[in-house]
Amino acid sequence: MLKLTIDGQQVEVEQGKTILDAAKLAGKEIPTLCHHPAVPPAGACRICVVEIVAGDRPGLVPACAYPAKDEMEIQTRSERVLESRRMTLQLLLARSPGSDVIRQMAKEHGIKELPFPEQTGENGDDCIMCGLCVRLCQQIIGASAICFDGRGPDRKVSTPYKSQSDVCLGCGACAFVCPTGAIDPADYCPNPIEKIPNEFNCGLDSRTPIHIPFPQAVPNKPFIDRENCIRFRTGGCGACETICPAGAIDYDMTDEFVEEEVGAIIVATGYEIMDPSIYEEYGYGRYPDVVTSLEFERMVSASGPTNGELTRPSNGKPPMSIAFLQCIGSRRETGGKPYCSKICCMYTAKHTILYKHKVHDGQAFVFFMDIRAGGKNYDQFVRRVVKEKQATYLRGRVSKVFPRGDKLVVRGADTLSGTQVEIAAEMVVLVAAMVPSSGVRELSQKLRVGYDEHGFLLEAHPKLRPVDTNTAGVFLAGACHSPKDIPESVAQAGAAASKALGLVCHTRLSREPTIGVVDESSCNGCFECEGVCAYGAIGPREIKDKKGNVLATVAFINEGLCQGCGACAATCRSKSIEVQGYRDDQLFAAINAIHR
Amino acid sequence: MTQQTSDSSEQSEWQPRIVAFLCNWCSYAGADLAGMSRFAYPAAIKIVRVPCSGRVDPMFVIKSFEQGADLVLVSGCHPGDCHYTSGNYHARRKLLAFRELLTFLGIDPRRFKISWVSAAEGAKWSSLVKELTAEVKELGPFETYSKILTGENGR
Repeated sequence: MLKLTIDGQQVEVEQGKTILDAAKLAGKEIPTLCHHPAVPPAGACRICVVEIVAGDRPGLVPACAYPAKDEMEIQTRSERVLESRRMTLQLLLARSPGSDVIRQMAKEHGIKELPFPEQTGENGDDCIMCGLCVRLCQQIIGASAICFDGRGPDRKVSTPYKSQSDVCLGCGACAFVCPTGAIDPADYCPNPIEKIPNEFNCGLDSRTPIHIPFPQAVPNKPFIDRENCIRFRTGGCGACETICPAGAIDYDMTDEFVEEEVGAIIVATGYEIMDPSIYEEYGYGRYPDVVTSLEFERMVSASGPTNGELTRPSNGKPPMSIAFLQCIGSRRETGGKPYCSKICCMYTAKHTILYKHKVHDGQAFVFFMDIRAGGKNYDQFVRRVVKEKQATYLRGRVSKVFPRGDKLVVRGADTLSGTQVEIAAEMVVLVAAMVPSSGVRELSQKLRVGYDEHGFLLEAHPKLRPVDTNTAGVFLAGACHSPKDIPESVAQAGAAASKALGLVCHTRLSREPTIGVVDESSCNGCFECEGVCAYGAIGPREIKDKKGNVLATVAFINEGLCQGCGACAATCRSKSIEVQGYRDDQLFAAINAIHR
Repeated sequence: MTQQTSDSSEQSEWQPRIVAFLCNWCSYAGADLAGMSRFAYPAAIKIVRVPCSGRVDPMFVIKSFEQGADLVLVSGCHPGDCHYTSGNYHARRKLLAFRELLTFLGIDPRRFKISWVSAAEGAKWSSLVKELTAEVKELGPFETYSKILTGENGR
């Protein structure tokens, strides 16, 4: 360990660290521009200069690049240091008078006058020539897509031979690290720069390849999206590993299959919102101000893409009028879902309240088919919305949404007054139908649980066994079963959990008595039955005499594994297997009884 | 054989008899759902519940015809959805092969049907039974065996 004194304060750092690292440890702030912890230092901008007073050759050195040495004594804010920084800033300000970052820094350093002429036009821009972007692109990303070009006053950041090439990955890291925000990656990249849409915010904003999926995620830890990560695309970068103080980044970590033996399975795969762009009349996907309820929910969320500020996607201003169109795709026999999505009436009422909280003098319109507010205090809630929030509820369907000026005209019927209405709204929210999660059909086939034509999983009995499925040990919770709101989902989840516990807390399991039984006296040991058994429950059994000689090898059914399907019984040529409860004689008796 | 010749008064009295072997998990549950959902379907169909369509022995079908069924239906889970993983595949292979042999037994293969009805398809079950009843009415009663038994067939 090295012992340093920085501004009179003792600090210990490891061998190989820089003065800047030591100062950071000591809590001393040193301004930087061209420094990025993931990029090897260059000492280019000279803003981070500090003064070595003792322990090494005295003088001004760039803190970001100068290695810390034992017994060193450093001054970070001596008059000499500040004088040097002021001079640097004056030069930078002359070159980049338009840069907010430089202007702010100059102001903090008390610079009022500029002894140099301000550069404008060709010779002056926000780029301070620190070269951080170039170093990053070459040494970290490994692409070398950008470089310095020209000499003297003509020097600037450009691409090799001033031509754009596919070497540029379009990752945008150069713009990300640029201290003055002078870079538009589109200047360097021949291909369009594609931002990665943030899935949690319905793609309303973008995210980085390494990210925490959403606030309150469990575990609340970032993960790397391999498809977009430069490290996995080219083997370069690795910046997150360099920066992470805990050393938690592990690029070798891969998805793994975890096998667990369990006694019960609860399916709680939830739901998705159907894509309303299939209904062209509502203009979703064509008009930016037509959004889904989920997008609206993200827009008004404090952790959403706009930090809770409700703005029109088209012009960024708050919508002074908003129309909610309920039952988009729900209760629609043709070209939609025939069922009621159940939760929409309530969350739309909530959304009108949220809207009024964000836009106080805005007007909300709600087009509805019926208000289905069946639930504790639900109806009172909707009535409160209508009364207190002055939301205009219109009973009828909307036939068309089309733009007029900068507004959207919602044309629909008001069946209560028997007239056609046209409302000019600044924003339209489509309350789309609830559909089961994609992939639930594959899952249910794996679990051998039935599902209906829409993909909702089937309970064992609609009234008496609403949580069970026909497959023992598999239970349902929430919207995978049918559209459900939160209290119902919680109730069903509780029931499913106690059903599962009830199953696994016994030391012995009960099973159906209807399983296969072999008549060993007639079984000739052909083992056709073994081939049709889906459970591997059938195997050979040797019948021996007292001396241990094998008299015959017959089929043997493991009664713990047998599920009683009877495929073996139907296959057995010597009629030596019977399924208890579904024996041949019993079924023949049933057939005979029909014709009596 | 298809257009049975009976006098008109007998034709009006004749009610077809369909024997259906339904698997416990899909088709039987589907028929149950039809009832629970109040979908009406003709009473001509008589249901025998089996654990799985794979349990259906071709002998059951022959026995049904022998006892006087005019049409026999075997219905199970949709392929891929068998409660017992593969029982309906066994049923499909076995019964389609068996169907080819029906003519040999003197039975019109149109009198033997295989269908897949899931536990969610109460409406499909109801319309299937309606269709089958209409079809069997078209085919008329199955009398080949009863004639043999009563000696009417020239014996």
